Amino acid sequence: MNDLFNSFMTGPDENGRFGDFGGRFVSETLMPLILALEEQYEHAKTDDTFWAEMHDLWTHYVGRPSPLYHAERLTEKLGGAKIYLKRDELNHTGAHKINNVLGQIILARRMGKTRIIAETGAGQHGVATATVCAKFGLKCVVYMGAHDVERQAPNVFRMKLLGAEVIPVTSGRGTLKDAMNDALRDWVTNVDDTFYCIGTVAGPHPYPAMVRDFQAIIGKEAKEQMQAAEGRLPDTIIAAIGGGSNAMGLFFPFLDDKDVNIIGVEAGGKGVNDKMEHCASLTGGRPGVLHGNRTYLLQDDDGQILEGFSISAGLDYPGIGPEHAWLHEIGRAQYVSITDVEALEAFQLCCDMEGIIPALEPSHALAHVIKIAPTLPKDHLIIMNMCGRGDKDIFTVAKALGFEMGDFA
Amino acid sequence: MTRIDDKFATLKAAGKKAFVTYIMAGDTDYDTSLEIMRGLPAAGVDVIELGLPFTDPVADGQTIQLAGQRALDAGQTLKKTLAMAKTFREDDTTTPIVIMGYYNPIYSMGVDKFLTAAVDAGVDGLIIVDLPPEEDAELCLPANEVGINFIRLATPTTDAKRLPKVIENTSGFIYYVSMNGITGSASAQVDAVAPEVARIKKTTDLPVVIGFGVKTPEAAKTFADLGDGVVVGSAIVERIARGDAPADVLAFVKTLADAAHS
Ligand SMILES: Cc1ncc(COP(=O)(O)O)c(C=O)c1O
Repeated sequence: MNDLFNSFMTGPDENGRFGDFGGRFVSETLMPLILALEEQYEHAKTDDTFWAEMHDLWTHYVGRPSPLYHAERLTEKLGGAKIYLKRDELNHTGAHKINNVLGQIILARRMGKTRIIAETGAGQHGVATATVCAKFGLKCVVYMGAHDVERQAPNVFRMKLLGAEVIPVTSGRGTLKDAMNDALRDWVTNVDDTFYCIGTVAGPHPYPAMVRDFQAIIGKEAKEQMQAAEGRLPDTIIAAIGGGSNAMGLFFPFLDDKDVNIIGVEAGGKGVNDKMEHCASLTGGRPGVLHGNRTYLLQDDDGQILEGFSISAGLDYPGIGPEHAWLHEIGRAQYVSITDVEALEAFQLCCDMEGIIPALEPSHALAHVIKIAPTLPKDHLIIMNMCGRGDKDIFTVAKALGFEMGDFA
Repeated sequence: MTRIDDKFATLKAAGKKAFVTYIMAGDTDYDTSLEIMRGLPAAGVDVIELGLPFTDPVADGQTIQLAGQRALDAGQTLKKTLAMAKTFREDDTTTPIVIMGYYNPIYSMGVDKFLTAAVDAGVDGLIIVDLPPEEDAELCLPANEVGINFIRLATPTTDAKRLPKVIENTSGFIYYVSMNGITGSASAQVDAVAPEVARIKKTTDLPVVIGFGVKTPEAAKTFADLGDGVVVGSAIVERIARGDAPADVLAFVKTLADAAHS
C-alpha cells in the first residue's frame, strides 16, 4: 500500500463514499433532511458535551463497558486458539443495537424532532429504539416485516410494552428490506417532525459512518480489555453481519492494526448457491444501489433485488453496509458465510459449554470460530462479538430442533 | 432541441399546458401496456412517462408498487421496456418518452450500454428518483452528453438555497412534486403548490410540470394552470389494475387530457 493511503480509518470522503461504495442515493425530498443530519452529526462528533452525554448513558443506562470474557471451556473443547467473547449481549435490551440508538436519539433531540421511526428485523433495534424513546418521552413507530413479527413475537410485545407502535409490513417477503422501504416512505411523508433512526451501517450518508462511530465503542473497549488481559492485540476478530453494525463497531478501531485478522460472517441460510436461499451479499451478490447507498446486493440479472433467506431475522437482509463492501474489495477484511444448520449447532454448544444463550446472529460468528479455532495455535487470540442474547430466539430454535413449547409441562 | 423541448415550445405557441401521464411498462403485461401506450397520444397525452418496474420503489405508494410487481411477475425487464419504447417510436416520432424509475436496473445493465440502447429506442428523458444532484456524475451528466434530458424532481423540501443546485443540470422540464410523500397518497393542495411553483418559475426558464396527488379532470385543469403542465399517474394505473380494457383506460385519459388542455 502507498504510504499516503496507509490508514483505513479515514473514510468516508465528503460524498459519503468508501471507495466506490456508499453515497447518497435518495429522493430529492429526503436530500435536505440527510444534509441537515450530516451537519448536526459533524458538529456533535467534536462536541465534548455530546460525548459526555453518550458516555454517561452508556455507563448508567446501558451498563457499559461490556465484559471481555475468556470462554475457557469452549477454548478447551476446540483445542486451539484462545477464545474471548465481547459480551454486548449483556447490554440493556440485550444487544449492541442500543449503543447506536442513544447517539441518534440525542441528535434527534438536538434537532427538535419529536417522532422517531425505525425499521427492525430481529426486533432488537426496534426494542432499543422503543426503549430510548420511552426514556425521553418521544413518540416511536417501528416498521417490521410481517414474517419477522411472527418469528420474533417476544420482541413485538416488548416494543408494545414500551409504548411503541409496531407496523407489520406485508410487501415483499415481509422481512427487513421491506420494513426499511416502508420506513423510508414514512420519512418522506413526515419530514418536519420525524427522525429516522436506522439500525445498521447502511442507508445514505451519513448513516453508515455515524452508526459505525456510535458502535465503535465495542472495538475501543475490546482493544483496551485485551491489552489488560493479555498485554497485546488480538490475532483475529470475528463478528456476524446483517447490515454490519456490530461488526463495523468491533472492526473499526482495529482497521489500522494490520496484523489483526478481520473476519465478517454472513448468513449462508440453506447454503450459498444459485438458488439464492441465503443472505450472503458479499459472497453471493454484486454491486448495486438500494436504500440510499451503493453496496453488494443480492439481485437478479435485471437488477431486481432478491429476498434472501436466513433463520436469523437480524441477518435476513439482501445488502450489507458500504464500508464492508469496500473492506472486502481492498482485502482488509475477509468475509465468509455460515449456514442455518451450522449456526444452530453453535447456538447449542454455547448454551452447553458456557452457560450463555446467544442470539442466532452471533451464533453465526461462533460457528465460524468453531471451524477455525481448532486449526490455530493455543497462543492465537480470538475476539468474537457476542452481540446479542438469545431470549428472543428460543421459539425459532425450539421449532428448528423439533420441540413443542407445550411439551415441557 | 430535444423532442421534449420541441413539445413544450409547440404547446406554448398554442397557449396550451402539457398533459403528462405515467404508466408502468409491462403492466399488466407487455402487450397490454404497449397497446395503452400507443393510444396515449391520440387520447391527448403530450409526454409519456414510462415506469420502469423495480422491486423496491421507496418513493411510491401501493398503487405503483403493485403495478411494478404485476409487471415483474409478467416478466418485464429493462431490456423489454426499452424494446417497448422502440416499438412505440416506429409509428410515433414526436411524442416524448421519459423513462421514470430507480437507478439499480440501469446501473446493473451498465450506464453506457443503457444510454446507447435508450438513444436507439428513441427515449428522450429520464426521471430517476434516487439520483439527486449530489450523484450527477452517475447518470445525469452522461445522459446529457448523449442528448437525453435528465428531469429532476423539486419538492416542498427543496428550499431557496438548494433550488439552484437542483436546476443546474436539469433539462427538458422540472417536475414539481406537490407534497412531501409518496405517489398515490393524498390529494395535492392548490394553496401549498401555487407559491412554490411561482418561486421555481422565478429561478428558471424551464417548464414546470406538477405531479403527485392529481387524480381527477378538475384537479388536472387546476394544476396544469398553475404551471406549464400536469402529471397524472396513480389514477390511471388504478384503472389498469382493476382490469379496465385499454380502450376504457384511454377514454379516462382523454377526459383528463381534455380538462388539462381546456
Ligand atoms: C443480536 C443481533 N446481532 C446482529 C444483528 C444484525 O445487525 P448488524 O449486522 O447491523 O449488527 C442484529 C439485528 O437485528 C441483532 O439483533
